[in-house]
Amino acid sequence: MPTSTVLEALNASLKRAFADDKRVYLLGEDILDPYGGAFKVARGLSSAYPDRVLTTPISEAGITGVAAGMAIRGLRPVVEIMFGDFITLIADQLVNHIAKFRWMYNEQVRVPMVIRTPMGGRRGYGPTHSQTLEKLFLGVPGIRVLAVCAYGDPGVLLYKSIIESQDPILFIENKLLYLSKIHSEIDLSDFEIETLDRNISWHEVTPAYRLRIRQTPEPVATLVAYGHMAELAREAILQLAYQHEVFVELIIPTQLAPFDLEPVLTSLRSTQRLVVAEEGTRSMGWGAELIAQASQALGPQLNAVRRVAALDLPVPASGPLESAMLPDVEDVIRATMEIV
Amino acid sequence: MDIQQAYHLLYRIRYFEETILENFSKGVFYGTTHTYIGQEANAVGVLHHLQQHDIVFSNHRCHGHFLAYGGDMRALLAEMMGKATGVCGGRGGSQHLHWRNFYSNGVQGGILPVATGMALAEKFKQTEALAVVFLGDGTMGEGVTYEALNLASLWGAPVLFVVENNHIAQTTPIELAVAGNIAARFAAFDIQVHELATADLFEILPVAEKCLQTIRSANSPQALILHTQRFGPHSKGDDTRPPEELARLREQHDPIKTLEKRLRLENIELIQAKVQTEVKSALEQALDDPFPNLDKVQSRPG
Repeated sequence: MPTSTVLEALNASLKRAFADDKRVYLLGEDILDPYGGAFKVARGLSSAYPDRVLTTPISEAGITGVAAGMAIRGLRPVVEIMFGDFITLIADQLVNHIAKFRWMYNEQVRVPMVIRTPMGGRRGYGPTHSQTLEKLFLGVPGIRVLAVCAYGDPGVLLYKSIIESQDPILFIENKLLYLSKIHSEIDLSDFEIETLDRNISWHEVTPAYRLRIRQTPEPVATLVAYGHMAELAREAILQLAYQHEVFVELIIPTQLAPFDLEPVLTSLRSTQRLVVAEEGTRSMGWGAELIAQASQALGPQLNAVRRVAALDLPVPASGPLESAMLPDVEDVIRATMEIV
Repeated sequence: MDIQQAYHLLYRIRYFEETILENFSKGVFYGTTHTYIGQEANAVGVLHHLQQHDIVFSNHRCHGHFLAYGGDMRALLAEMMGKATGVCGGRGGSQHLHWRNFYSNGVQGGILPVATGMALAEKFKQTEALAVVFLGDGTMGEGVTYEALNLASLWGAPVLFVVENNHIAQTTPIELAVAGNIAARFAAFDIQVHELATADLFEILPVAEKCLQTIRSANSPQALILHTQRFGPHSKGDDTRPPEELARLREQHDPIKTLEKRLRLENIELIQAKVQTEVKSALEQALDDPFPNLDKVQSRPG
């Protein structure tokens, strides 16, 4: 393994994309060396590619729009939005411009661009620097929303998004994942990790990962979680197995929208029980959509569902309050125990 | 360009737009429209000096720009009728056009950074193409406008910002919406401004040419403010201005009448007849065109 943390993988893949393709540009605030961006994902790039790394004023909408124009005219720009909370500032660009161009211009243009942004709490940054806001853009036709996880190769996920995708991608990087190690079956010796990489006819889709605890009976529930929540979910299924003898299969998608339900359905056909866990607020969210889709697909075959998510409140700054507001391992265990 | 050619280009836009307003009540078009009546000299004056690889980004009031760019009249009519032969196959409608290097979108302000990015892309690719983006006095209210001006100036984007100040945003007069003056907004970002208050195409042509030349040689943005008048409603039937005020504007600021004074009546009639035949024929063809196949709206199974 050439890299060990998610941050290193993302940084290395950006460098590889810049080296391989002169059409790649990076736009973002405070991304020049030696700073290299607030979370250091861009570190080293401006030294190596000074002409293609554009440090910008604090103008999220402006730079996102500029990147859209660059993409339509044949470049492959990447935008770094310093905190995911600030994607509200790019909403018009994303929804009324970027997401629309290809379709409303009758397939005559493509907008291959990546908007990378860190999301998530558990660092005490408070109400406007800790949110998980990708749900605002899930289901907007014309945008793919991806979320990095600590499985597979996050660098490949980003590299392919930059170099191969024909469409705009909102690329979510949970802050706590940056320093996480990328897991393999060697360091996670309790688990079998399977990559679910599918080709589907109606949309491009990135891999999902399936985790089972080795040498355990057939799972009785399916747990779906993404990003850093998948880390907590893995801990939860371990405790469920060892403390409660409840065996749960964990599915970790990297593409949130459009969502490919099939890997989840495959699991549900045998478990018939679904738990969804997300760090975003509970109402009207990603988990709700998954449950709706699964219910429609399986009907009475789906016996029970539970939703684990943050409370419908702003993210508090105080450590104890923030912990109470955000979903944790115990919440996942409790929700699962309620339906098995 | 001689006066007859000029008159032909302006009258073509005028008669096209009048035909649209006239036919809207017959129910042949979907949605709405924003006509360019009164502002024709701006589009023709600015776009006349474009080179083939140059980019145009227009707004909701885009028909005049599209026609001046060389866009097909029948395809625009078909687009407004939601036909398969429309500029965008009926997906976009009146405000959302793309043909060759022409683009338009119907949301105020957001097109400025996109056009700036297009200009920058051409600069990075060293194609020597530039971008022209059309905005209005109403666009001065959008914050992203100033983000785009700042970025264009900082990064030397080869872009021409054309402000068509028609003194009214939908129904709101400029006095109620724009503080200070428009030129100073560009000057604040160190973008050179040219300003004209004329309905005479032949006054706009040389200034626009100079703007484009400066952009090409200096590889930096320029602004052109054209004080103008819209004679028609914002869209259809929503004009709140008194009829006598509109009559005065038509009397004093009409680019078509300005040219008519320099033409012989027989030439005017000849050109008008030619244009009317062209528009009527385009309308008839578009009416006969087929609607899109409904498989164009499938997304995913289930």
